[in-house]
Amino acid sequence: MSHDYSLNPEKLHEDPAKVTHEGKNKFIGLWVFLGGETVLFASLFATYLALKNSTAGGPSSQEIFGLELVFIMTMLLLTSSLTSVYAIYHMKNHNFRKMQLWFGITAFLGLGFLACEIYEFAHYITDYGFTFRSSAFGSAFYTLVGFHGGHVIVGMSWLIALMVRNAKRGLNLYNAPKYNTFALYWHFIDVVWVFIFTVVYLMGMVS
Amino acid sequence: MSLASAQKKGFGAILWDYLTTVDHKKIGVMYIAAGAFFFILGGIESLVIRVQLMVPENDFVSAGLYNEMITMHGTTMIFFAAMPILLGFMNVAVPLQIGARDVAFPFLNALGFWLFLFGGILLNLSWIFGAPDAGWTAYPPLSTQSPGHGTDFYVMALQLSGAGTLMGGINFIVTIVTMRAPGMTYMRMPLFSWTTFVTSILILFAFPAFTVALFLLMFDRMFDSAFFDIALGGNAVIWQHLFWIFAHPEVYILILPAFGIFSEIFSVFSKKRLFGYTSMVFATFLIAFLGFMVWAHHMFTVGLGSVANAIFAVGTMAIAVPTGIKIFNWLATMWGGSIRISTAMLWALAFIPSFTIGGMTGVMLGAATADYQYHDTYFVVAHFHYVLVGGVVFGIMAGLHYWWPLMFRRVLNETLGKLAFWLFFIGFHLTFFIQHFLGLMGMPRRYWVFLEDQGLDLGNLVSTIGAFFMAAGAIVFVINIIYTAVKGEKAPQDPWNGRTLEWAVPSPTPFYNFKQLPLVRGLDPLWIEKMEGNGKLTAAEPLNDIHMPNGSIIPFVMTVGFFIASLGFIYQYEYPIAYLALYGGMAIGIGGMIVRSLKDDHGYYVRKEELEGEVE
Repeated sequence: MSHDYSLNPEKLHEDPAKVTHEGKNKFIGLWVFLGGETVLFASLFATYLALKNSTAGGPSSQEIFGLELVFIMTMLLLTSSLTSVYAIYHMKNHNFRKMQLWFGITAFLGLGFLACEIYEFAHYITDYGFTFRSSAFGSAFYTLVGFHGGHVIVGMSWLIALMVRNAKRGLNLYNAPKYNTFALYWHFIDVVWVFIFTVVYLMGMVS
Repeated sequence: MSLASAQKKGFGAILWDYLTTVDHKKIGVMYIAAGAFFFILGGIESLVIRVQLMVPENDFVSAGLYNEMITMHGTTMIFFAAMPILLGFMNVAVPLQIGARDVAFPFLNALGFWLFLFGGILLNLSWIFGAPDAGWTAYPPLSTQSPGHGTDFYVMALQLSGAGTLMGGINFIVTIVTMRAPGMTYMRMPLFSWTTFVTSILILFAFPAFTVALFLLMFDRMFDSAFFDIALGGNAVIWQHLFWIFAHPEVYILILPAFGIFSEIFSVFSKKRLFGYTSMVFATFLIAFLGFMVWAHHMFTVGLGSVANAIFAVGTMAIAVPTGIKIFNWLATMWGGSIRISTAMLWALAFIPSFTIGGMTGVMLGAATADYQYHDTYFVVAHFHYVLVGGVVFGIMAGLHYWWPLMFRRVLNETLGKLAFWLFFIGFHLTFFIQHFLGLMGMPRRYWVFLEDQGLDLGNLVSTIGAFFMAAGAIVFVINIIYTAVKGEKAPQDPWNGRTLEWAVPSPTPFYNFKQLPLVRGLDPLWIEKMEGNGKLTAAEPLNDIHMPNGSIIPFVMTVGFFIASLGFIYQYEYPIAYLALYGGMAIGIGGMIVRSLKDDHGYYVRKEELEGEVE
């Protein structure tokens, strides 16, 4: 016999992500993990800031960056963070269908962001010959933004796997913490993007 | 079926048990065993170094092989010997000390162990294919120009084991935050649990910087990026910053658990409560905090400027304050105590003067202006061996003697233990004390020969003789382990008259640790019950079903996948066929993650009825 993970309609006020001991551990564990991720991205940002003017005669940030596409990407990712909040709101109300719907929108927006990013990189490479190997600036740019993009890919795979796996069995105390930790992770990815938008693109357009 | 009925299991069943285990006690023992193995490898490397430097202009090894020896010695000892053994102690002792049945993430814990082990195997595989030779610090451009695949092995091995260590750190933070027994408030935790907690925080914030540094080096070596390539605008000092932002906290990751072990031992063998418990906790935090603020004292001669050097010099010296608080607290713990000189206590006693010498030379090195004289000489080598051997290795030896009965139900032989101690202790000071003077006389580190009649001959000979004394001590310790395993008597549950919860569980420790979670009434909970109660912990809950996690082979499979992928990364830029290993290995590793995510694993219950049959 295994544990009873079904939702209890008598206890609607409870957050299904934090009823079980494992759920609480996952919640705290992900917060702690994000602390480490912060240092990871801080190191990448520091590297980028040290190398952002080291173009070695290749394209510089002022020449290649265009704010239109980056603005669209920012909107897509920020909105996806908002929709994941709605999804978690419905999770707390034990409304599985609406939660899946809003997470579906989140995934749609996240994939849109990824498509834009792939287009952006392809554009730099084909139109400007600006690659990972063209200068220290190129290496630092693709590494920082690429690490963020890699995190988005991981997040999308995570979310889609969760939604497909649980599509037929609904919400319970076993999978609610998983959705909840994904949402936390997703907000973090969003916050990192806000810094990339500022430090890489805005600061790269001026000066 | 009774849980106590110890059935004879075949070798295959035992092997399968260890490959799939998620039990923190077994993982801890595996950490210690693997760490001991790498410790022997690193020790042999150090003997090669010392033999080469025994006489002037020796040709025992070539210059290239010497570079590989120093690189492998440093990397092995820090990442694959000292850290895993300390992580082993954490696994064995901390859940018991805080009164938990398990760790927060048993699966992650197992994965962390396997990643460390295969990282160590990967690094030492490089002996066959060409070992890294750029020093354990791997400064570019030396590391980016280093021919062959040695440095690639270094990068991938540390990336693997670093990921594993990070998982271990996260696991312990969450375990300590959420799984303390009823009544076990933070300020009632034993000091080893405290230092584990703070060390885990250090791991969490230090390792990602190294992850990034290793990625940059990996990209430069394998994918032609330009982070450290001056011609394309790169900057080699970035590596130094990222490396030391990690590697300075790393030395505190090593020493803080050792401080915790000593705190336990001084208290138990003085039969007194630890003096200044609260200040010990705060000193631990202060050391950890300051440890992040001083990385540039490794870079005084880079040319960061006098303002930066001054700030980092002051920060460095400030660390002596909380460390001094600890030293005085240990002395005061012993003052007026009823002291028993067991082998564990002997190592702890020897630690105080040895480590204090290392601390004093640390303050000397922290004086930025004077550091220009000491930098990259044997003075530095002497300094860090005084803190790492006199602190960490002594702590490991003390911890092994102290927790051996908990892990293996045997008390290590005291006579052999004391013999090993004296050989090692004398050898240690013989080896490294004289290196201070060699360094002050100008002998640079990492050179494979020195010239005759420059005043360095006798000192180097003495140092080498000392190294063989240390080796003799290590051999006696190994004999002690074998002797104890064969002849030793069964240890009682509480052989040292302990004060903390790990001595309150039956011997052998049941896999669920506590039948009923204990009620903790204060600091040193077992001691309180011995003095004010009937010597046994009061249960905090009625006897009930116990929820335990299922074992799993997935951590092992995932690690093998990532190990194969690492080999693919190392060789892909020379042999395109290696892409097969790269993609194949990643498929196995990521496949393991997917299986783990999609397959429900609810764990299982140990039934109340089964538990009732168990003896206390």
